Amino acid sequence: MNAKKRFDVIGKPRRRVDGRAKVTGLTRFADDVMLPRMLHCKLLRSPFPHAVIESIDVSRAAKHPGVHLVLSGKDFPITFGILPVTQDEYPLAAERVRYVGDPVAAVIAKDEQTACEALDLIEVKYRQLKTISDAEEALATEEPRIHAYGEQGNIHRLQAYEFGDVEKALAESDHVFEDLFFYQGNTHAPIEQHASVAAVDGEGKLTLWSSTQVPHYIHRALAKALQIPAAHVRVVACPNGGGFGGKCDLHNHEIVVSKAALVLGRPVKICLTREEVFYMHRGRHPVLMRLRTGTTKDGKITAMHTQTLLDGGAYGGYGAASTFYTGVLQTTTYEIPRYKFDACRAFTNKPTCGPKRGHGTPQPRFGQEIQLDKIAEKLDLDPAELRLNIAAKPNSLTANWLKIGSIGLAECIRKVVASSDWKGKHRKLPEGRGVGLACGAYLCGAGLPIYWNKMPQSGVQLLLDRSGQVTVFCGSTEIGQGSDDVLAAIVAEVLGIDTYDVRCITGDTALTPVDLGSYSSRVTVMTGNAAIQAAERVRELISRAAAEHLETLPENVGFAQGRVFRADDPGKLMSFREAIVLAEEKFGTLGAVGSYSPPRAPGRYKGAGVGPSPAYSYTACVVEAEVDKATGWISVPRVWIAHDIGRTINPVNARGQVEGSVYMALGEALMEEQVFRRLPPKLSNALVHKIPSLLEYKSLTSLDMPEVFTELVEDPDPNCPFGAKEVGQGPLLPVVPAVANAVYDAVGVRIDELPITPDKVLAALEKKARGQVPRVGPEHFPKVPYPDPILVPPPWEGGDGDAINRPRSRPARKEVAA
Amino acid sequence: MKTTPPKNLHLTLRVNGEAQEVSFAPYKTLLEVLREDMNLTGTKHGCELGECGACAVLVDGVPVLACLILALDCEGQSIETIEGLAKGAELHPLQAAFADLGGAQCGYCTPGILMTAKALLDKDPSPTRERIREALSGNLCRCTGYQQIYESVEEGARRMREDER
Amino acid sequence: MMRLPWFSFRTPTTVEEAARLLAAEGPRAMLIAGGTDLLPNMKRRHQTPSMLVSLRHVASLKKIANGSGLALGSGLTLNEVVADARVREKYTGLWQAAAQVATVHLRNMGTLGGNLCLDTRCSYYNQNYEWRKAIDFCLKKDGETCWVATASKRCVATSSTDSAPALIALGAAVRLVSAQGEREVPLDELYRNDGIDYLARRSDEILSEVRLPDAAGWKSTYWKLRRRGSFDFPVLGVAAAIRTARDGTVEEARIALGAVSSRPFLTKGGELLIGKKLSDAAIAEAGAKVASAAKPMDNTDLDLYWRKDVVPEFVGYALRELRGDDMRSTRLRISRQDFSG
Repeated sequence: MNAKKRFDVIGKPRRRVDGRAKVTGLTRFADDVMLPRMLHCKLLRSPFPHAVIESIDVSRAAKHPGVHLVLSGKDFPITFGILPVTQDEYPLAAERVRYVGDPVAAVIAKDEQTACEALDLIEVKYRQLKTISDAEEALATEEPRIHAYGEQGNIHRLQAYEFGDVEKALAESDHVFEDLFFYQGNTHAPIEQHASVAAVDGEGKLTLWSSTQVPHYIHRALAKALQIPAAHVRVVACPNGGGFGGKCDLHNHEIVVSKAALVLGRPVKICLTREEVFYMHRGRHPVLMRLRTGTTKDGKITAMHTQTLLDGGAYGGYGAASTFYTGVLQTTTYEIPRYKFDACRAFTNKPTCGPKRGHGTPQPRFGQEIQLDKIAEKLDLDPAELRLNIAAKPNSLTANWLKIGSIGLAECIRKVVASSDWKGKHRKLPEGRGVGLACGAYLCGAGLPIYWNKMPQSGVQLLLDRSGQVTVFCGSTEIGQGSDDVLAAIVAEVLGIDTYDVRCITGDTALTPVDLGSYSSRVTVMTGNAAIQAAERVRELISRAAAEHLETLPENVGFAQGRVFRADDPGKLMSFREAIVLAEEKFGTLGAVGSYSPPRAPGRYKGAGVGPSPAYSYTACVVEAEVDKATGWISVPRVWIAHDIGRTINPVNARGQVEGSVYMALGEALMEEQVFRRLPPKLSNALVHKIPSLLEYKSLTSLDMPEVFTELVEDPDPNCPFGAKEVGQGPLLPVVPAVANAVYDAVGVRIDELPITPDKVLAALEKKARGQVPRVGPEHFPKVPYPDPILVPPPWEGGDGDAINRPRSRPARKEVAA
Repeated sequence: MKTTPPKNLHLTLRVNGEAQEVSFAPYKTLLEVLREDMNLTGTKHGCELGECGACAVLVDGVPVLACLILALDCEGQSIETIEGLAKGAELHPLQAAFADLGGAQCGYCTPGILMTAKALLDKDPSPTRERIREALSGNLCRCTGYQQIYESVEEGARRMREDER
Repeated sequence: MMRLPWFSFRTPTTVEEAARLLAAEGPRAMLIAGGTDLLPNMKRRHQTPSMLVSLRHVASLKKIANGSGLALGSGLTLNEVVADARVREKYTGLWQAAAQVATVHLRNMGTLGGNLCLDTRCSYYNQNYEWRKAIDFCLKKDGETCWVATASKRCVATSSTDSAPALIALGAAVRLVSAQGEREVPLDELYRNDGIDYLARRSDEILSEVRLPDAAGWKSTYWKLRRRGSFDFPVLGVAAAIRTARDGTVEEARIALGAVSSRPFLTKGGELLIGKKLSDAAIAEAGAKVASAAKPMDNTDLDLYWRKDVVPEFVGYALRELRGDDMRSTRLRISRQDFSG
């Protein structure tokens, strides 16, 4: 199938299958679910960042007219957490609150207004504890511990790996570059506020409609949290009004409304306010980084050492994975023969961080790409040439045993160099204007599910009947990225029909086969491969039935444009519907399933499960910036970006993903930040989100968005459906450092931290004028008790992908849920 | 705050050309009444404070934010929402263009953007790119980066001009 | 969904009727015009009026009248002000200011009077009730400490109106009507440097009209600093108006600042220009003088020291534009839109 030269559907610009619903307002988001007798839920949240709950009295609230139920921590004795290793959250906190916004009680009432009034009647007595406001403070604070589990003190996770002797390689390098970077935290801010509706169906079973990217994970976790059989729970992922990673966790409110619906036997809805969405967060970790990189005289990398310190917030969430991701994918873009990374995640009294578009990798990418710019300048090389010279090779292994297939990186670089007139602009534009270049790579699906199992990661079921209709069932979730369209396109391509003739039923655990969800850019590859398998199986049946009628062999039956025909004599044909009838006559009810499991990764060391992927996408980007020297004011008029997508399924959607990534990246680069206010400690323990609103959390408006010139590079990957790789996340990565590099090209100052704001630029320009180092960025990296690394020789130094030591110095870890 | 809740109001609102009697709590905004009392959930909300544009509707042809309008103050005015944009089963040219050209990704900001764009094209059938950017600068979109939205508006305008001929 | 608290609602059709309603209900009654400032505040429980007196149906507040200058009804929406050719041609600074308020939707709703009476803003204040509870509230509302300046006895919330500095530079006055009568006040005297008690308007008074003097011989401009091209309130507003002799010598000049204090105010920078031509040196001197009066606090977007640092530059943009320099590319970079008039 992948060898097929001409496509009827794949690669053609089309109206997406869910396009009509979205422009008519018919798409039913979770808050649009309105059910008879529905009640409304509001959560009482902690006003303190860190406190012990001494008592909760809900009696007055329960008596308030219109209130049906009040729940508190004692109603939820069981912890939950999205990762099996971090079951550290309670739906409602019973004993301890860990950030301003931590839910402690819930009121279910006839309407939201009444529920809000009743919240005021709940009396909670708190005993405040020391506020831990950032990662450095967490490192310095042994007690109180935010959680009783973790590595030590307030350190949640420590990871250390070394692939080859990095210190030796650095010592032998012509140059060693050491830089510190800081990537500020930021959040998804989907325009849709999270909403959930829970109801008990006619059989007494629970249904939850929710704004979630991961109905399967919610299904499992909800059954555990509520202690009811998963088979009696149905989770329907409504189309998400934007996800970006923020709807990948099981959220407190999803459990609370489910419980309430089970208790009351009535539908219960919650829709978070915008402020509460900022509290749910699970967004980009603030990460402090130290990068040491050795190079040869001609700019080849000899070794790299990445150290990261993540400010994790109050709970684990996906944090253990995020921590890995700040290290493991550094090796996928360029040839790095020896590599070491140390990572640490700390608990702090703030909303929990987690996966946002690019999960854990934009931060070190920011550091690496700025450092490469510095290296290029020092070695007097063109930054584009330097990168072309060190780009990772196709069909290779990285130092940390990741298997890379196709790579269109060089082509991406060449494209943006040409389209942006890089050679004519870089270091040549007048003062105040500049261009910056950067690259990136990203996963096409995480190699492993978040809980250990050997089952497929994506399943697709097809149902065809005599009416000619083709229905595809899949657990994948439409979050705006176009997953339904990918499914329909692949099935339509294989069966030679139009996408309009394919009906998609997705994201419903009662109706659809398991798919792990819309995260880690896995849907096109994993769901797509499963869909191809299902469609080919059903095509095989139809071919056999049609072959008899067409008096030929099944191999000689063709499918195109809604017809089934003899490939050697296309005039002999029938309609697709007629072919289905023949197949249904011959085989009975028609259907097929397909499933997909990623190939086994070559790494065998403990921890090797994070990083492998069926394929990696590549992106290169050039950003043009204008910087006013008197004020530091930054404008970005143009961005050129080329993305190696493997194969484009629908170019309209693919371009939208690239441009949306540029949009989000520019926000992170220039203005978006999830930051907090610590009031003067002598006067208050308060630690509040500084700007939990869409007015003050700055997201680019149409007037702030530059022109974007997008090119798609097609280098089909054999592991991918028709060769198609991801496009939803990777294109974000290079844009952020390209902005920093462009600012440097414009006015010669380095802003090594995000966001890059005019006050920082002006401060750096003033330093420059005073003859100081023209840089704003972190000045020191705190002492972090990284353990001795797990030693794994890289593939070219022998070894079998396993570790050769068992480090001893690791602090004893207590895995006890708090 | 502790007084008994006010009684519902009964008003006639003219929405998408149809006069409808509605009963609602007097403190409700047009957004709440459209969604909760009239079941017109096509109008979305992202902040309820006038900070995102998701709830944009047309009142007497002018794009405004339903989250900051008191429903009780809308009697006698013509209200247009996304549900009334298509002519019967036929999409408005803007809707068709948005669906075809990637103007809608997640689709959540889309109703507000479409209504705002409709008001623009009603006044200016051939807006420049700059004019479109300005007209839509009160509608946040987190998915698209706006470019395909501009192209959709331009294409919608082109199709509308063609239909005129 | 954020919900409004309960209130009673009145829809007078004349200013006099509105004034009577205000007088009868007392200070717990509030006026509502566009609602774009008040309703978010009510949803966040900053204000919980017992009665809203709507001005939307008072036709006389929608008038624009020629006189010796121009009289603008306070009930005109900002976009109605922007659409008026006289405003655009003769009072360019007001046109530029009004066109940059918030967003196009909010300008279709919000009124000129509402923008002039805009509640002062502060990042410790413009938050939901629950958030403010988490800091034990603040001086401006329900609390005792000003968290911006903990030693301050005065609330330092920031005046965030765009139209006021522009109108102050233009020498505007406003008419205030109450059940007891009416008075006219120069606009710069409407404001007080107090984040709580920021208006000299009594709670029973209605700001009914803005009176602009004759603009013959005057040129004006407004430069707004904010992070994005729309939505955002100003974190600095520089308004300037000058009248020059034929040879370019400045005969009269007013430079007003917004968003760097609890009130918009006239600076002494304008006086420095009188009798001079708008040379680079004169502009720089005025810029420094104006900047010395700016007192930004750490309660808005963007770094406060930087906001003060860039005041002279913004004064320079304004004066160079009035001198006739082509400022379009700078305007485009700062405002993301072309307000060259």
